Amino acid sequence: MTPDIEFEALAEDALLLRFGNRIDLDINARVQAAAACLRQRLPQLECVPAYASLLLRFDPLGWSNGDGQLPHWRVQVAASAALAEADTYIPAPRELLIPVCYGGDYGPDLAEVAALCGLDAQAVTTLHAAADYRVAMLGFAPGFPYLLGLDPQLAVPRRSNPRQRVPAGSVAIGGNQTGIYPDELPGGWQLIGRTPLRLFDIASGNPSRLAPGDHVRFHAIDEDRFLQLAADRTA
Amino acid sequence: MSVEIIKPGLSSSLQDGGRFGYQSLGVGRAGAMDGPAWQLANALVGNSQGEAAIECTMIGPSLRFEQPAVIALTGAPMKAAVEELVLPMWTTCLLPAGSVLRLGGMSMGCRSYLAVRGGFAVTPLLGSRSSDMHARIGHEHGRALRAGDVLPLGTAEPLVDLAQSNELHVLGWSLDPQPWFDFNPQPLALLRGSHDAQLDAVSRRLLYGENFVVSQQGNRTASRLDGHALHLQAPFEMISEAALPGTLQLPPSGQPIVLMAEAPVTGGYPRIGQLAAVDLPRLAQRRPGDTVCFRDSSMDEALGRLAARQQRLARLIDTIAQRLQDIDPIQDRPIRDRLKSIRRERTPMDRS
Repeated sequence: MTPDIEFEALAEDALLLRFGNRIDLDINARVQAAAACLRQRLPQLECVPAYASLLLRFDPLGWSNGDGQLPHWRVQVAASAALAEADTYIPAPRELLIPVCYGGDYGPDLAEVAALCGLDAQAVTTLHAAADYRVAMLGFAPGFPYLLGLDPQLAVPRRSNPRQRVPAGSVAIGGNQTGIYPDELPGGWQLIGRTPLRLFDIASGNPSRLAPGDHVRFHAIDEDRFLQLAADRTA
Repeated sequence: MSVEIIKPGLSSSLQDGGRFGYQSLGVGRAGAMDGPAWQLANALVGNSQGEAAIECTMIGPSLRFEQPAVIALTGAPMKAAVEELVLPMWTTCLLPAGSVLRLGGMSMGCRSYLAVRGGFAVTPLLGSRSSDMHARIGHEHGRALRAGDVLPLGTAEPLVDLAQSNELHVLGWSLDPQPWFDFNPQPLALLRGSHDAQLDAVSRRLLYGENFVVSQQGNRTASRLDGHALHLQAPFEMISEAALPGTLQLPPSGQPIVLMAEAPVTGGYPRIGQLAAVDLPRLAQRRPGDTVCFRDSSMDEALGRLAARQQRLARLIDTIAQRLQDIDPIQDRPIRDRLKSIRRERTPMDRS
């Protein structure tokens, strides 16, 4: 799995492994598999997966031994050796189910998304909840997942006027991706629903519900169920 | 033990070495903008566990110390006084109970550090007490300090028996700030970025030859550089990748941006350079309106400078620790002469 990886020294403490130049499920799957492998084999590296690349951060002075070679080269050799045996280290991805109340106040842009797609709101909801998504990476804000796997029929442009405040839990579409706002944030994606689950809790040792590589499915719930789950969460 | 903020200063926040290991969950490192200055402030008060200090920006806060405290100030030269007494920076100061420390403006630079023995003991989040003001993580959701905030202090063995003295003391020695603060700003070393080759020829010449001006819009997330717009030979779309502090990004506006301590965890702008890690604290000290110019550097040189700085810093921290151990008024009386009461020394002069 290593021959077609490009390695690039980004900074004294950072080496980037690039697996491709596209937003693509298969490329991202290789990124996630490599991250899972390297976390096990080389736990002293910090692995940061993105769509098509994996950033490794390391202690540059700890990886130097005075022989004139860059620590990046040593990290590259160690990572390549680990990835050459990757098959035995790929754990099954986690599968998470996220309840979503679609439309209404919870998804104020659902009607507009439906109009842009030439579908009715029910069809948008059904297509959105039918797909199997993968967390390609987390970014923008703590715990914000960029999800791959959106039905191409649901790809819509971002809003021309971004909102100053998107409510926490909002499920949204931006381009050909979907995501969930973990906190109240400014944002320009189209809001189609909201989950009552808390995605990010800084006080927890394991703060993010979702991690790169996770498989995610949405299931539609009604407002009563939303309120009940939200109340359970805060109880 | 606690400290109350009386006046907040311009943008003061608690910072330590940063939050490591959570970038893949969307949480950046944050931490002190001028790492060595933060480390030395801690060393001067005998803290050795990476305690949180207050990072002051442009104008420092005023604080009231309920109990006697051992403090140190480092970083950009900043006004500091207790009552009418001017406090020196880069040394250890012993404040009596009830002291009001008034920090003021900085004559140059823009980040100073106030460390207190025992450290500011707010609840750590994900292993750090740093305030990530951008991601709203940290004490009071990472917001800047406000008047009325009460910050708890950690416990530590007393450095000297402060209970015996009601006076303000300052150690008879201080560090030379020279290698740790740029009084004569030099060009900053820049490593060639991934997309350097795609800059047009004029832009590359500008990048490595001309002065840029630090924009008013800078903060702990990024420093925008005005002056010359830079251009790629052809527009270039890239997909988001992990981002790092020190990365020089080129957004479509053509005004380069250097990511700082609160760098977003991912970024999608072309990377035209990477500031050498040892020069990141130097850029952090350039205030809006200051000039910045870059010189071409290599990874080899950058790593060599980083190793040399770390060695120098470690040696200095060791030396400070030894000298602080020598301050023992009971077992080592002669060393006590190193403690001089600036009140005693200054009073005759002030009255003349």
